[in-house]
Amino acid sequence: MTVVDVAHPDVPAVGGQPSLLRLRGIDKHFGAVQALYQVDLDLPANEVTALCGDNGAGKSVLTRCIAGIHQPDSGEMIWDGRHVNIRGPRDAAALGIEVVYQDLALADNLDIVQNMFLGRERMHRIFLDEDSMERAAAQTLAGLGVTTVRSIRQPVASLSGGQRQAVAVAKAVMWNSKLVVLDEPTAALGVVQTRMVLDLVRRLKDHGLAVMVITHNLNDVFEVADRIAVLHLGRKVAEGPASDFDRQSVVDFMTTGSSAR
Amino acid sequence: MAKAEEELGQGSSGATPPQVAAPVDLTAAALDAVPPEILAETLGQYLRAWFARVSSGATGALPVVLGLVVIAIAFEIWTQGLFLSPGNLVNLFIESMVFMTLGMAEIFVLLLGEIDLSAGYVLAVGAAIAGLLVQKPGPDWPWWLAIVVALVCCGVTGAVWGTLVSRLHLPSFVVTLAGLLIMWGVMLVILGNAGAISISSPILVNQHVLYEFVWGNIPPLAGWIALALVAGIFSVALWTRDSGRRRRGLVAPPPGLTAIKIGFFVAAGIAVVAICNVNRGAVTQVVEGVPWVVPIVFVVLLIWVFLLQRTKFGRYVYAIGGNPDAARRAGISLPGVRTWAFVLAGVTAGISGILYLSWQGGTSTNVNGGQYVLYGVAAAVIGGTSLFGGRGKVAQAVLGGLVIGAIYNGLYLQAVQVQWQLIATGLVLVGAVLIDTLSRRGSLSGSSARI
Repeated sequence: MTVVDVAHPDVPAVGGQPSLLRLRGIDKHFGAVQALYQVDLDLPANEVTALCGDNGAGKSVLTRCIAGIHQPDSGEMIWDGRHVNIRGPRDAAALGIEVVYQDLALADNLDIVQNMFLGRERMHRIFLDEDSMERAAAQTLAGLGVTTVRSIRQPVASLSGGQRQAVAVAKAVMWNSKLVVLDEPTAALGVVQTRMVLDLVRRLKDHGLAVMVITHNLNDVFEVADRIAVLHLGRKVAEGPASDFDRQSVVDFMTTGSSAR
Repeated sequence: MAKAEEELGQGSSGATPPQVAAPVDLTAAALDAVPPEILAETLGQYLRAWFARVSSGATGALPVVLGLVVIAIAFEIWTQGLFLSPGNLVNLFIESMVFMTLGMAEIFVLLLGEIDLSAGYVLAVGAAIAGLLVQKPGPDWPWWLAIVVALVCCGVTGAVWGTLVSRLHLPSFVVTLAGLLIMWGVMLVILGNAGAISISSPILVNQHVLYEFVWGNIPPLAGWIALALVAGIFSVALWTRDSGRRRRGLVAPPPGLTAIKIGFFVAAGIAVVAICNVNRGAVTQVVEGVPWVVPIVFVVLLIWVFLLQRTKFGRYVYAIGGNPDAARRAGISLPGVRTWAFVLAGVTAGISGILYLSWQGGTSTNVNGGQYVLYGVAAAVIGGTSLFGGRGKVAQAVLGGLVIGAIYNGLYLQAVQVQWQLIATGLVLVGAVLIDTLSRRGSLSGSSARI
């Protein structure tokens, strides 16, 4: 990872908030397929940005560029006012970027604490420091208002879909992360579970994090997003405060790339 | 945030009773899948939760314990009181030790969702190497060096299978099947033309020490003192740990349950020592005391339990068995952990080889490694280890090994021929896998109902 300090007077702050992550002119192609074309995107702290787009619009590729799984062919990524090159998931994690993928990456046979600390266990000499991990996990969950789980020592297999999502999010924010990317967090959830997860997303914002939610679901978008960005065939066709959009205009942008409204 | 306030429950202070919230999450399946000891505040709550869980199919160690009781009663009646006589019970312990340690070896790889078919002949090779090294005339090495060399060799074979499986992505079934044949051949090479090695010389110290592992006994009084020490340490350690966690507001079983666990451990220890301390010799000769093999297997068990439950390595073994993708994304080196699991399986199979050598007073080309490995897998599965990875405990191999040892011993007492022993063991194995699959299906349908 390379980090270069630069002043960026040419990039205005968004809505009074300085952007935590700014993407400028991101290009990415796979062979002959141009997946992303000159994409600009701002992800400010304390705000939820919804990234919308139809299948094949480039949402996943953009997410993977942010997560360090793909490297853009060209373009700039500016993290907290500094140019960065994210060359792998570890670089992203070191900056404070955590991605919660749709499959959540939880081990069903392990309990909540074990999952939250998987790969970053606290040790007491050669043995696991279970007490300290359990306390930290409980604090993180309580801080996010996740209090519906019966015990943080229950296996993840016994949790509901919304609770699993909550555990995956808590796992992501526990490491002093500053930007959390959620990939389709409410897909496959019922009404009550969806409400719980959206509450959780709002709480992340209240904790001062930048949140990016990738979703198809327009209900979720208007319920939780402060800002909306729409991708269409690899191009960003719209970006702005959620109040500038309505349901029909987002659908228009997603399907045709423009909107008359 | 109003929702958060009404949901005040566990959170950071586990001392407050868990509150019922979010009604959708309290389906019967979600309730039953939670181990009762982490939710119950009192013994009564624990027992009620436990009964609810057992009746819904999540049975834990119950089937194997019930199975042992049934087998014991049946054989006791059939053999007219011979089966449960102290002398025979000691024999049964001894015979089970090889199955137990082989079961422990298999658990390392079963937890990853892999299998090791070579363990039976790795046992045979370990026995042959250790036996050969204490021959005189011959190498006449110190007994401990012979053991170390044998175990290292067995560990190296595991490293080879593990590397092929984890780095070259070959299926473990095929790799270790090849391993079975190779180790069979290696055993024949080591044993050479004579085809047999004996270590039963009472005058050669290095052979005698190995022989005494199984056939030597701890003096009765020393056995009681040792038990008192071990039980005392175990009780104090468990009680301070659980009460400390309760005091600090962490998840811990109710005090009554901790007391019951300690009670079970002490009672089992007393039963074993009492049974072993009865004179089981013939009229002219006194044979009494706990065979050394019992504490040896206990120590092996203890080390493996700590490794799998309390270290990073153990945590990663379970994580990979549960969800390899999640483990990979958490930055865990899958090939490293997988290879080490195969190494430990090899070493543990080597340990059972040393015990086999001692039990038989030598080894020969007649070792049926193919049958032993299946007994090892059976011991793990009967004990409750899943063949699909991620679920199982080392201690379960002890119960499973006892079941196999009991069938083997009981049918042997009745002079039932070997074909019926094989059939009976096979039926028990099918029953065990059936229980595993049914309980799995139960929990799976539960989770699909929740989503």
